[in-house]
Amino acid sequence: MKRTLLSLALGAAVSVAGISAASAGTLDDVKSKGFIQCGVSQGLIGFSNPDDKNNWTGLDVDFCRAVAAAVFGDGEKVKFTPLSAKERFTALQSGEIDILSRNTTWTMGRDTSLGLVFAGVTYYDGQGFMVKKALGVDSALKLDGASVCTQTGTTTELNLADYFRANNMKYEVVAFEKSDEVIGAYDAGRCDVFTTDQSGLYAERLKLKNPDENVVLPEIISKEPLGPVVRQGDDAWFNVVKWTYFALLNAEELGVNKGNVDDMIANSTNPEVRRLLGVEGDFGKGIGLENDWAAKAIKATGNYGEIFEANVGPNTPLKIARGINALWNKGGIQYAPPVR
Amino acid sequence: MSVVTGGDAPPKVAYFNDPKVRSWAVQIALVVVVAYFAWQIFNNTVENLREANIASGYGFLDTTAGFDLSFTLIPYTESSTYGRAVMVGILNTLLVAVCGIIATTIIGFIIGVMRLSKNWLVAKVAEVYIEIMRNVPLLIQILIWYKVVLAALPSPRNALSVGGTVFLSNRGVTIPKFIWGEGSWMIVVGLVLAIAGIWWLYRWARARQAATGEQFPVFLTSLGMLIGLPLLGYLLAGGPLSFEFPEQGNFNLRGGVGLVPEFAALFAALTIYTAAFIGEIVRAGILAVNKGQTEASYALGLRPGPALRLVVIPQAMRVIIPPLASQYLNLTKNSSLAVAIGYPDLVAAGGTVLNQSGQAVEIISIWMAVYLTFSLVTSLFMNWFNSRMRLVER
Ligand SMILES: N[C@@H](CCC(=O)N[C@@H](CS)C(=O)NCC(=O)O)C(=O)O
Repeated sequence: MKRTLLSLALGAAVSVAGISAASAGTLDDVKSKGFIQCGVSQGLIGFSNPDDKNNWTGLDVDFCRAVAAAVFGDGEKVKFTPLSAKERFTALQSGEIDILSRNTTWTMGRDTSLGLVFAGVTYYDGQGFMVKKALGVDSALKLDGASVCTQTGTTTELNLADYFRANNMKYEVVAFEKSDEVIGAYDAGRCDVFTTDQSGLYAERLKLKNPDENVVLPEIISKEPLGPVVRQGDDAWFNVVKWTYFALLNAEELGVNKGNVDDMIANSTNPEVRRLLGVEGDFGKGIGLENDWAAKAIKATGNYGEIFEANVGPNTPLKIARGINALWNKGGIQYAPPVR
Repeated sequence: MSVVTGGDAPPKVAYFNDPKVRSWAVQIALVVVVAYFAWQIFNNTVENLREANIASGYGFLDTTAGFDLSFTLIPYTESSTYGRAVMVGILNTLLVAVCGIIATTIIGFIIGVMRLSKNWLVAKVAEVYIEIMRNVPLLIQILIWYKVVLAALPSPRNALSVGGTVFLSNRGVTIPKFIWGEGSWMIVVGLVLAIAGIWWLYRWARARQAATGEQFPVFLTSLGMLIGLPLLGYLLAGGPLSFEFPEQGNFNLRGGVGLVPEFAALFAALTIYTAAFIGEIVRAGILAVNKGQTEASYALGLRPGPALRLVVIPQAMRVIIPPLASQYLNLTKNSSLAVAIGYPDLVAAGGTVLNQSGQAVEIISIWMAVYLTFSLVTSLFMNWFNSRMRLVER
C-alpha cells in the first residue's frame, strides 16, 4: 500500500509538473519524438483490444493510427498505453499520453473542468443493461431490487444511479476498477445485471462463459458520445486530432477510400476531393502538417465507414449496425465541416 | 564542543571555524533549501492547476456525488456529497481494519503458540500455515477468497438459511434487523452496567488474589453479567425488541441487514495473511524468554497453561509488541487492496470521487492524511501499551 500511495503522490506531482511541460506544444513534441502515445482501454473488443502479440485493433486504435499517419505518413508510428477508466484522465493531464482514445464519453464536466477538451465523437453510444436469460426479465424497469455490476470512474455508474432513482427503484451497485473484474463478478453470479455502454455490452458479452445465456435489455438510458480527448490550451494539436476525424468522415462522404485514394489523387476532378487530398489549396500549412496529411491518414486506415465496418460492423463479432453512426446524408448524425 | 568556564579565556578562533556557528549555518541553510523546494512545489502546483483550468481547494467535497456505493455504515445515497462518500470510505476502511486487527491477533497468537507445541502434528500444521500464507502475495489471496466466496455460495434465490432468519448467499450474509421499540434504553443501561461491573470485578479479583492468593472465576461471572444484565433490562422493559426478518425478493433478499461478500473476502484474506506474520512474532517473543523462567514456574507447581499465560507471555510481550504494531499498520494499509474486489474502502471510494470530480491533488492529500492519522494513532496506542507492559523493575 505504501508503494501505491507513494506512486500516486509522485504521479500527482509529476502530473502537475507535466501540465506545464506539455503546454510546450504536443504537435512539436510528437514530431520530435517520432511517434504518438495513445491512451486506450485495457481490452474492449472492437474498440481497443490487444492480441497475444500485442497488436492492437479496434475503432479507437485505428483513430490513433489515422492521426499518426496524418502526422508521419505512417500509421504504425503510435504506441498504445492501456488505461482503466479511472486512470485515463490523469494519464492525459500528466502528459503520459498525447491523446486519449478510449471509448470516453464527452460530458460537460470532463470538457470544462479537467483541463481537457474533446475533439469529436467517433462513436455515438448509449448505456444499456445485460441480464441472464434465466431471470426472465425483459425490461430494465423490472430490475427493482437487483444487484448491478459496473466499472468505477465511468459515466456508467452515474447514469445508473440516476436511472434507478428516477424510476424509484432500489438496487445494489458493485463497482470494480477493471472491466475484467466486472465481467468476472457478473459471470460468477455476484450481480444480476451488468451495465455499460451498449457497444461495450456486446463486446464484453463475448468474454462470458456462455454468451448466449445473456440478453441485452431494450432500454437505452443515456447519451454516450464517445470520442478522442486532448489537453486543453494546445490548439495546434487539438486541430490535428479534430481534423483527422473530420477528414475520415469527409472521405467517406466523398467516396474516397483506402483502395482508391491514390487513384483519386491522380485523377479526381472533384474540387472537394482535391482539396481534401491536398492536390489543391494548402490546408496542410494551416494545421502544421504536409499538404497530403488527409490522404496519408486515409491510406493507413481507410475512411470512417471502413474503420467502422472493419472493427464493429455487421461482419465482425460485434455485429453492430451503423444506426446513428451513419453519415448525416445516410440517416445518421455523423457530420463533418467541409475542407475549404 | 566544550564550554570553557573559569579563568583562562577560550582560545580565539575565526568565527567561521567556530563549530557552533558552523552547525547553525548548516542547519539554517538546510531549512531554507527545504522550505524553498516545498514552496516551489506548492506554487507550481497551484499555478499549473490554474493554467489547466482545474479548480483546486476542498470546496468540491460539498458537491453531489451522483454515484452509489455498495456497502455503507452511515446513510448514503447518490444525492449525498463527495465528502460523505469519502467518509463512507474512511469508515469502511476502519471497519475492516479494526475487525481484522482483532481477529488476526487472536489467530496469530494461537498459531504462534501452536508452532512451539511439543505435539509434532500441531507444530507442523502451524508451520505449513505460516509458510504458505506469508509466501503467497496478499492480492492473490484476496482474489482467491473472493472467487471462493462467490463460487461456493448459492445464488440468493437458493440462499442457505438458518431457521429462516440468517441467510447466506453469494450476495453476502443477511441477518434480521433489530427494531428498537420503546423502553429499549433499559437494555443499553444493562449493557453499560455489565461492562462497568466486569471492570470492577476484574480489579477486585486481582487485588484479592494478590492479597490472599484465592482465585475467583472471573471469566464465567463476566459472561453471566454480560448476558444477564441486558436481558434483565429487556424483561423489565416488557420485551421492546422486535426483528425485521429478511425475505426473498425478486433478485435479492429484502429487509434485514447484510454484510457484502467483498467484506468477507477482504477480512478473511487480511486476517489470515497477517496472522502468519504475527505467529512468527509471537514465537520469537516466547523463545526470547529464558527457558529457566518456564522451568522455574513448573518448579513452583504451575501447570503448562498457566505457566505460559502468567509467566512466559507477560515477559514475551515486550518483545512482541513493537513488531506487532507494525503488523497492525501493515494490515490497515493493505486493506487498500480492497479496490481489486470492489469493496468501497477509502482508496476505492476516494478514487471514484477523484475520478468523477477530477480533484486528484485534494483526494490524494486526504488519503495521505487519513492513513497517516490511522498509523499514528495505532503507534501511539501501541507505545502506550508497550510502556504498560514493560517489565517493572524493582
Ligand atoms: N463511456 C463511459 C465508460 C467507458 C468504459 O470504461 N467502459 C468499459 C466497459 S465495461 C470499458 O471500456 N472497459 C475496458 C477497460 O477498462 O479496459 C465513460 O466514458 O465513462
